Amino acid sequence: MSTVAPVLKSQVSRHSVLVRVTHWLTVLSFFALLVTGLEIVISHPRFYWGETGNVNTHPLFTIHIPASRGTVPTGYGYEWPDENGWSRYLHFQAAWVLVLTGLVYGMSSLLNGHFRKNVFPAPPDRTWRAFRNVIAKYLRGAPADAAEEHTYNVVQRMAYLCVIFVLFPLVIWTGLALSPAFDSAFPWAVNVFGGRQSARTLHFLVTWLLVFFLVVHVFMIYLAGFWSRMRAMITGRAAEPKERP
Amino acid sequence: MSNITRRKLITTGLAATAGVASLAVGARVARRYGLIPPDHGGVFGPGETLDYAAQRLLTRHSLAREFPRSMISKAPFANAIAPPSDLFKRLQSGGFVDWRLKVDGMVAHPGSFSLADLKAVSLRSQITEVVCEEGWSYIAEWIGTPLVDVLNEVGILPQARYVAYFSIEGDWWDSIDMADALHPQTLLTWGMNDGDLPPGFGGPLRLRVPRQLGYKSVKYVTRLTVTDSMKRFGKGLGSSAPEGGYSWYAGI
Repeated sequence: MSTVAPVLKSQVSRHSVLVRVTHWLTVLSFFALLVTGLEIVISHPRFYWGETGNVNTHPLFTIHIPASRGTVPTGYGYEWPDENGWSRYLHFQAAWVLVLTGLVYGMSSLLNGHFRKNVFPAPPDRTWRAFRNVIAKYLRGAPADAAEEHTYNVVQRMAYLCVIFVLFPLVIWTGLALSPAFDSAFPWAVNVFGGRQSARTLHFLVTWLLVFFLVVHVFMIYLAGFWSRMRAMITGRAAEPKERP
Repeated sequence: MSNITRRKLITTGLAATAGVASLAVGARVARRYGLIPPDHGGVFGPGETLDYAAQRLLTRHSLAREFPRSMISKAPFANAIAPPSDLFKRLQSGGFVDWRLKVDGMVAHPGSFSLADLKAVSLRSQITEVVCEEGWSYIAEWIGTPLVDVLNEVGILPQARYVAYFSIEGDWWDSIDMADALHPQTLLTWGMNDGDLPPGFGGPLRLRVPRQLGYKSVKYVTRLTVTDSMKRFGKGLGSSAPEGGYSWYAGI
């Protein structure tokens, strides 16, 4: 139980080394995936549903931006430069970092009790009432509980649960489903979405859900005190106890 | 740092040693089983190598999805191509009867096949999807001669590791490993949807590799070379794709 040890020191332990390292590796790979993913999207900013889709078929929706290929009818006279080559190389390299980081984080959090202690809602909090109370506190702008100095409230836990166990697995799965070779070995992985174009569209939409999480996440950090939260995620230590009311 | 106990130090040391040792063993095993792609160098080499190695372990014999006839795309998209060369136009005006596929390199009987010769070797028809790296796709029925049958005809030598293939359009060439070259769905395609393969889709002869993205399926193929190494071809990266910044392995 080494994670409990530093409490007696002048500063409160907030995040374990494992959480901090995997957090920043995730930040790094997510940013690389986001930029290169958007770069790949602009070569064909049209989205379809079902197995197939191309410029001769009706899109589900279109993003009204110029494309990086002349074959896409965007209505713009402008073409972005083609950056798909390095974008694809980097996208898959960053995906490896994300997946391996996720595996290390997931396995160890299961084994060391991080999920049980800090991510799954504590038994008394598994009610709508507890959830609503936290939301109401946020809306009133009330200060955080003392317990939140070293762990998460139920709303934070639900958000992290969603990101860790739903959104990231889904974005990885829909990404793999775009690989023709992966689909040859595991056809169900793409067929379950109703086809490869559906998987591509979902891959894009889930990305925006992750970006939405990121925006809220950073905004909440800003509200909680940007530098103190950054310090906690970098050095592992929260604010000094004497700073607290 | 009182935090660092002797036990922690020993376990960290052991873990680091095990990590380095398994990396070294991994690299040897990967080389031994052909899991290192020709474009393994450079800053994106690790990702490319992991993609190729992982997919080779998972997909060596797996079959690309085939679809019912009802799913054939009504409006397939023939990607934009450069205007055909004079040589191509001359062969086209002759109905492609003079089109030849040269097969050389590490084979027992180098040879040259006309389209009629290929059709006499064998025929396979499959309904598979073309997937472009840009994101679009379509399904068509592809009719052709499996590459493996042509390779059996010429007799590949045991040291063969890659089959390189070249388009009549000069700077367009690529290569696949033997897992893809001997794969039953890798098709020297001369027909599409019950007709001849139209030039827009790569006719008269396109090597379709359905387990990889569209750009691996080079159009207007006139030459195959069986080789044990891609080092002597172009810049040694395995195909013209990495020379333009794209990965050699396109199964993903």
